Amino acid sequence: MSLNKEQIKYLAILSRMDIQDSETKDVVDKLSRIVEFVDQLQAVSTEGTEPMAHPLEQGQRLRIDKVTEDNQREKIQLNANETNNGMYLVPKVID
Amino acid sequence: MMTIKEIQNMTLCALKQGMKDKDFTSLEITEVLLSRINGLGAPLNAFITVTAEQAIKEAKDADKLIVAGKDKPLLGLPIAHKDLFCTDGVLTSCASKMLHNFIPPYDASVVKNLKASGAIMLGKTNMDEFAMGSSNETSYYGPVKNPWNLDLSPGGSSGGSATAVAACLVPAATGTDTGGSIRQPAALTGITGIKPTYGRVSRFGMIAFASSLDQGGVFTRSAEDAALLLGEMAGFDDNDSTSVDVPVPDYLGGINQSIKGLKIGLVRQHFDAGLDDDNAIAVKEALNVLKDQGAEIIDIDLPNIELSVPTYYVVASAECSSNLSRYDGVRFGYRAENYKDLNEFYCKTRGEGFGAEVKRRIMTGTYVLSAGYYDAYYLKAQKVRQLISQDFKKAFEKVDLIAGPTTPSPAFALGAKMDDPIEMYLNDIYTIGANLAGLPGMSIPCGFVNDLPVGLQLVGKHFGEKSLLQCGHHYQQATDWHLQVPEQFK
Repeated sequence: MSLNKEQIKYLAILSRMDIQDSETKDVVDKLSRIVEFVDQLQAVSTEGTEPMAHPLEQGQRLRIDKVTEDNQREKIQLNANETNNGMYLVPKVID
Repeated sequence: MMTIKEIQNMTLCALKQGMKDKDFTSLEITEVLLSRINGLGAPLNAFITVTAEQAIKEAKDADKLIVAGKDKPLLGLPIAHKDLFCTDGVLTSCASKMLHNFIPPYDASVVKNLKASGAIMLGKTNMDEFAMGSSNETSYYGPVKNPWNLDLSPGGSSGGSATAVAACLVPAATGTDTGGSIRQPAALTGITGIKPTYGRVSRFGMIAFASSLDQGGVFTRSAEDAALLLGEMAGFDDNDSTSVDVPVPDYLGGINQSIKGLKIGLVRQHFDAGLDDDNAIAVKEALNVLKDQGAEIIDIDLPNIELSVPTYYVVASAECSSNLSRYDGVRFGYRAENYKDLNEFYCKTRGEGFGAEVKRRIMTGTYVLSAGYYDAYYLKAQKVRQLISQDFKKAFEKVDLIAGPTTPSPAFALGAKMDDPIEMYLNDIYTIGANLAGLPGMSIPCGFVNDLPVGLQLVGKHFGEKSLLQCGHHYQQATDWHLQVPEQFK
């Protein structure tokens, strides 16, 4: 199945990722080819087959909920573009 | 006695012996290699960051310990890390504009383990952006070149690590393998590369691409070195919820044990159309060598193996779209400049920060997970993955190892496959199966086609790394493909 421009626009919205007009043609073309390629899976009979969840059939390991690390807020926030009083700043979301 | 001039070609094991015999010091090794990285090796673009100052300091410290009679398995041995492993205080970009300014506040467990064993880091190697690529051309820092021919790709995604080892800039390097990203570049640059069993090496601090497939491993000049290095980096890690609590065997001990009676499966489907004729000959000749050493070659079938590439591109893309949602421009990484609200802030940051291939994979993943398509694509792929995995299980009832080509052909030209994503993806046709089934896989050089190296792939049972390494070591005792060095970098 090939994808159209509208579907690509919608995927870009879902992915929170701008796609420039100049990129659109290339994205439509290549993504369509990828989807057509993976479409061959539809023809495979998988009746009675359980979807694979883990390569080693392992379950989720749990641990006791306790603090294992020291507070390194300042070091960690060195990577942020904007912080104030130890908090991350983002554009205003509430008027 | 070994001389300083031979350092560049030496294996980790030989360098270790040389330091022990006082033929040279860790500082001397480090200085020779740093000057190669910054000189002869510079046009290869194998490194994103060279940590010269830190390396020299660490080498001096190692030399002091050696003089004091201290011993650690990797003491004073220089290595490089793929720029996907977090390194405390050192840029870790994942070859993306998105992380061009990211300085991790901690070391990945792999980095920590190797440091604790005495290894010295010379730098961080180039790669495909977020490990998404098979040619090392999607890097924000430009493509890596193949040392055998600078117009060709070294493969990917761990192309920088492979090239660095193949061009004798460093004796060993770490890599990661989600669909073949260690084995394919190892084959295309003529070196040894191993991806262990899923869960064998900690993923903590490894920047995630597809979490159910990603696995760290190594590039070396020999199977023996791979045994040494893997033994030091593997092991259970409480910080990785998929790390497996199984003791790490002594990979080096017993590596010389005979392979007489070892049953090696040859996958019929691997020799169908698509495989270069000369490449097939090289692989079959390699199997004859193993046969002469006592291995038994048995034909086997993996009936669903051809479906591994489409299955992979659904599963890996789905996981990538989820994993890469963390890049929001708020806490770390690239941040767009002009925006009017939070939504635009996210969209611009991600639209400007990711490269074309990464965007395609995020969108493919978003598509296969979206309402109305989930069952048809994602769930279906996970079922086909189960079928592929069962094929391996059945095969391993008959054989101890599975052998075949690592890639369909030798290295291809830079740019040759960039316009056709499917053609690029099909380069991983022989390697992806092991990732889907969580099995260990290794590529070792097994000859040359058109003056370019090609690889023999060995796939083992879960936690069967030891027999892969043993088999690779025996092959390398009988052949010298792994000792070949590109003329320009001798």
